[in-house]
Amino acid sequence: MSRKAELQNAKRLAAEAQLSALPMPVGEANWARDTRAKARARLLDAGAPARRDEYWRYTNPEEFAAPAALADAADIAAEPDPFEAIAAPKIRFINGHLRADLSDPLGQQGLAVAALQPTLQQDISIGAQLFGQLEARGQDMVPRPLAVLNTAVATQGLVIQATGTAVQRVAYQQIGAGIGFVRHLIRVESGAEFTLLESGTPSNSVIEVDLADGAIFHHVRVQVAPDSARATHVFARIAGNAAFKSFTLTADGKLTRNETVIELVGGEASGHIAGAVLAEGDTHTDSTVFVTHDAVNCESRQVFKNVVGGTAKSIFQGKIYVKEGAQKTDGYQISQAVLLNDGAEFSAKPELEIYADDVACSHGSTTGALDPTAMFYLRSRGVPKAEAEALLIAAFADEAIEEIADTELGDIVRNEVAKWMAGRG
Amino acid sequence: MLKVENLQVSLEEEDKQILKGLTLEVPAGEVHAIMGPNGSGKSTLSYVLAGRDGYEVTGGSATLDGEDVLEMEPEERAAAGLFLAFQYPVEIPGVGNMTFLRTALNAQRKSRGEEEISAPDFLKLVRSKAKELSIDADMLKRPVNVGFSGGEKKRNEILQMAILEPRMCILDETDSGLDVDAMKLVSQGVNALRDAGRGFLVITHYQRLLDHIKPDVVHIMADGRVVETGGPELALKVENEGYADILASVA
Repeated sequence: MSRKAELQNAKRLAAEAQLSALPMPVGEANWARDTRAKARARLLDAGAPARRDEYWRYTNPEEFAAPAALADAADIAAEPDPFEAIAAPKIRFINGHLRADLSDPLGQQGLAVAALQPTLQQDISIGAQLFGQLEARGQDMVPRPLAVLNTAVATQGLVIQATGTAVQRVAYQQIGAGIGFVRHLIRVESGAEFTLLESGTPSNSVIEVDLADGAIFHHVRVQVAPDSARATHVFARIAGNAAFKSFTLTADGKLTRNETVIELVGGEASGHIAGAVLAEGDTHTDSTVFVTHDAVNCESRQVFKNVVGGTAKSIFQGKIYVKEGAQKTDGYQISQAVLLNDGAEFSAKPELEIYADDVACSHGSTTGALDPTAMFYLRSRGVPKAEAEALLIAAFADEAIEEIADTELGDIVRNEVAKWMAGRG
Repeated sequence: MLKVENLQVSLEEEDKQILKGLTLEVPAGEVHAIMGPNGSGKSTLSYVLAGRDGYEVTGGSATLDGEDVLEMEPEERAAAGLFLAFQYPVEIPGVGNMTFLRTALNAQRKSRGEEEISAPDFLKLVRSKAKELSIDADMLKRPVNVGFSGGEKKRNEILQMAILEPRMCILDETDSGLDVDAMKLVSQGVNALRDAGRGFLVITHYQRLLDHIKPDVVHIMADGRVVETGGPELALKVENEGYADILASVA
């Protein structure tokens, strides 16, 4: 066997081990069974992620690829929800299991919210139209085996259909550190606006978001100190004149990999992805983004700010892919890091791949310490060193937080940043 | 109040001596001016006193009311009452001017064991001081010095001084980049702070600032030392004759 074939075989065996450790869903409708079977086949074909894979060079996939046993939904202590004060139904998951008894009633005017599991057991068209569909499209250019695994086994999650013109919100909180697979399917209908607020991080989560013409979707996510490996994927398909906006705060994620894969498929659509990473200690945060422009006059924007201390590592991999015919594309990407001390690391892998000739795409990346001149200026006015650092860190992270359209939500994130800095001591 | 004795300072990176035994004393209640040609070490003196990195003190001392300031962190010097109005005030994107002023004031109060100023009292204080310096609400809202004109930056320095009420103020070429009107505003701001308990060290190239801020003593600095000290008439002599004659006479 050639070296390459050996490696592929090892990846396949690892994928088999992952699948066999997890219970196969039962009692599902034919369409769902079909999607599961295809996902299993796709996963075995692609194999589990390995270090030699192009997008796993900076993050060790072993902890993600290890076979895992699902945790149960046993009662555990509530955790503070950063979005508590926000007017939105709160939906709580424990170790990846939906707990209706701990959640507000699903559904409100202009918004249909259902649990994923029963949806998969019936002939419900929105389920069939979304489940695994955007995830499969997202594998086109780059294999994302952890998302395929999710499609093969995840039974817990929400199915959300927003139709109302009034702004709708749902706040979803994951509690507990046990292994759990969560899958949300979201469709925002033409002209509707919907906001998903996320706190806590399941060990494997996939969100598929389908935006119809003119739909608006906001996603604000707060990941505070998840203490084991977490892999998340957001897949979005954005139709004409629709707007997708996603922001993630990751603070001290032990080993967090956030992949966002969006596709602009209709003219005048926009996709904005932003992230603030605060990393201390021996933590590892990986933000991986793939934006596909497949229509004219679309705009995309990636803004990632990384504050890295201790021996933490932060990684940004961001790609803008412009297909033939996607003229007048406006693509922008910036990733920046402040390293608080020696030993902290930031790696950036910006990529542009462009097959249209009338586009404006730019990317930039910077890494450095906090500005010593600004530090001296602040301290010369009596601001102690730690406080001066905190001011400059907050200002730096704010350039990503400002990407959040709603200032109330932005302030919640700012509060989390302040808590993190207070905790640094 | 401020006593600098035989101060010797080198640039850390270049191993180049800038101050070569500088001595001066500014008693409380007095305004001293330092004049001197480019490269004489005026700005180095101000940075070393404020505690900027990159300088190595190889000899001599600097004390504020008997306390060794050279041993202190920059923020401790500020809390002890030392203030440097920068020649080039620093832009800090993302940090609001008001936040900056409040953080600085409260940090200094805290270090002196005083309570934090209440939000309404702080607003009142800033508004009244800002008005005297023709600083509008927009400048207070913007990030520190970002997008400020040269004159606005210098007025912002004086605003910080007025709010922090330091005992020893060092002004490093505060007149550079100012038009006549801005120079008047800045000078008025400084003169309003003149007080029996407060000392000033005004570093300048030109005599014109000293028409507005009348010094008690003028020092001429050259090649890292004070080479001549006199009354206000010394500044006029520099204005009329240039530095060459004075330097020749002390050489």
